[in-house]
Amino acid sequence: MFFTYLWRELRRRMRQAIFIALGLALGVGLVVTVTAASSGVSDAQSTVLHSLYGIGTDVTVTRAATKGGGGGSSFSIAGGLPATGQKFTRDVLLSGSSGLGTLSSGSVARVAGLPHVSAAAGAVALTDLDVSGTMPSLKPGTRPGRTSITTSSFGVLGTDVAASKVGPLSSARLTSGRTFAAADANSDVALVDANYAAQNKLRPGDTITVGGSSGKGTRFKVIGVVQAPPGAAAPADVYLPLSRAQQLGSPPGGSGSMKNKVNTIYVAATSAARISSVRREISRLLPAATATTSSDLAGQVTGSLASTASLANDFGKWLAIAVLVAAFVLAALLTAAAVARRVREFGTLKALGWRSRRIAGQVTGESIVIGILGGALGVGLGFAGAALVAGLAPPLTAKVGPAGGSAAPGGGGGLRILRSLSQDAVHTVSVHLSAPVTARAIAAAVVLAIAGGVLSGALGGWRAARLRPAAALARVE
Amino acid sequence: MYTVTSVTKTYGKGHGVVTALNGVDAVIEDGEWLAIQGPTGHGKSTLLQLLGGLDRPSSGRIELDGLDLAAARETRITRVRARSIGFIFQTFNLIPTLSALENTEMALVPLGIPAAERRARATRALDRVGLAGRLSHLPSELSGGQQQRVAISRALVKEPRVLLADEPTGNLDERTRDEIIGLLDELWRDRSLTMVMVTHDSAVARRAQSVAIMMDGRLSGGPRGDRGVVPPGQRPGPAVSPAADTGPAS
Repeated sequence: MFFTYLWRELRRRMRQAIFIALGLALGVGLVVTVTAASSGVSDAQSTVLHSLYGIGTDVTVTRAATKGGGGGSSFSIAGGLPATGQKFTRDVLLSGSSGLGTLSSGSVARVAGLPHVSAAAGAVALTDLDVSGTMPSLKPGTRPGRTSITTSSFGVLGTDVAASKVGPLSSARLTSGRTFAAADANSDVALVDANYAAQNKLRPGDTITVGGSSGKGTRFKVIGVVQAPPGAAAPADVYLPLSRAQQLGSPPGGSGSMKNKVNTIYVAATSAARISSVRREISRLLPAATATTSSDLAGQVTGSLASTASLANDFGKWLAIAVLVAAFVLAALLTAAAVARRVREFGTLKALGWRSRRIAGQVTGESIVIGILGGALGVGLGFAGAALVAGLAPPLTAKVGPAGGSAAPGGGGGLRILRSLSQDAVHTVSVHLSAPVTARAIAAAVVLAIAGGVLSGALGGWRAARLRPAAALARVE
Repeated sequence: MYTVTSVTKTYGKGHGVVTALNGVDAVIEDGEWLAIQGPTGHGKSTLLQLLGGLDRPSSGRIELDGLDLAAARETRITRVRARSIGFIFQTFNLIPTLSALENTEMALVPLGIPAAERRARATRALDRVGLAGRLSHLPSELSGGQQQRVAISRALVKEPRVLLADEPTGNLDERTRDEIIGLLDELWRDRSLTMVMVTHDSAVARRAQSVAIMMDGRLSGGPRGDRGVVPPGQRPGPAVSPAADTGPAS
């Protein structure tokens, strides 16, 4: 009889029931859409971060270049400056163009030995700078005049060939050739980024020249081409075995090599819950270094992706909550009004011996059914909204500044004219916003809708239960 | 057996107090059919509601087989209503979305009777009142008399000991009225019900075993103690206003 009575009553006030259900559906649909958009934004942010640090990297450790160390892109060239009017060409491998200082290679092993660290790998980020032309006059008081110096540069990353699961290469996809093997640790082999390879018509088997501190380049054999994750900018154009990059690179502001030095340590924690404690341990171990997690980096993301994230997470969230609350209130009021119209009916049921609890349960049951209907409609609306967001959203850009530990190039030494050629350390990544509707969002939507039904039914049921039978029967309908 | 002792019922507060019942005393025996007559607004329906536990008196006692309905807990009274008291209302008070059969079954729901047995009993009850062919009809598809028959079957399907009827023929034409009263008479005799009926219609009151007059919240005095009962067929004495014979339902 419960379900018969329930169904008949809903059928009698079908329009009102549908109206309430639609109100709940709107609130629930908005929650699902906003949740989907937030998930999409999170996925996009993860794509951005993974493109920079690779999947599996939870913490990056860097250090700012020291002052007076000649940081930035200043360097000294073996053999001194060319004479005025002399033609020259120099190919050098610079570290510190992104403002990063150095850490000892021993730090990598020490970090790897910390509790809750599953992997750690060092890397050296370098810039290959090729300068050629005719040396201009540099006498004090004279204008340099028009110069015929040309420059070109590309990014080089010395990476631990044994660390495949952590670091920027971990998220890259091999498109041709082979990747590094352990035996390549001291070999003159290189991987090139797919875009760079296409621009320079490079294939496995070709050779490229990478500069060194002597000013003369070293030839490396291309063994493979790697593709950065879709929509992401590649961390480097050329990847070398770490030890070779260390031997060839110049430290910030000085001559010599980067032997036994790295400027970035990539760290993977044993679980997401341990990231904070790993970061704390690293900071304790290396107090002069800066340990940056993905969440820190996420805070540095600017561009339209950041704006969208703010929109989804702040405005979208509160809008969804407001609409949901309004839907709940509307459902409660309409249910209470429906109960008021059935006062005599409930008085009759009490006269028949129905307990208040049974009558309240009947009213609540009707509201729950409306809530379920609203939830189902809301999920449908949510899917439609999410599809609309994914379909209409323009490509978003994310700009990520230098990681922690970086600093503006320092002064001292070298040619100022060449210092200005430092590589732009800001990465711009283009991502497409998706809006995945997760099972969790659907479950939350259904729970919310049923909660709305229960709340409105409870209010109406409470009103029905409070009725004195005599007063209820005296009501004129 | 009902024992009503010094029952008073007032409504409102301060200057707006209305006294519906003013010290009513009565004894209603088991199996008795008592009709309560009187003008509109003099407390007839109020007394009926108190007898059914639908409301509580402001003071006094109403005992049904020793249970004081004025003081008992609501859950206890509800249980008594579910098992022992049937109601018939002037406006029938059927659930508009349920069929005649389902309306009758509603009286058996609080008793926890299984669905199949419930349906069987309700079918028999409707058959008894002559509606075997109208089981699936909604109230809107039934005449006034048929609706009241459904209400009677609903009231009696649980085989109560008491039947309380508030102007059961008030909304019916003469012919239908006679049919309904005839049916109630028959059922009263068959089941030895204790029946208390509020009516303004003397033709209906005459069919009862005994008649009491309600005037200004009091049952007027008469041969049977304070109840003021007038034997059927005998018009009440000077204490009864002639207006009690006519007038709208209370």
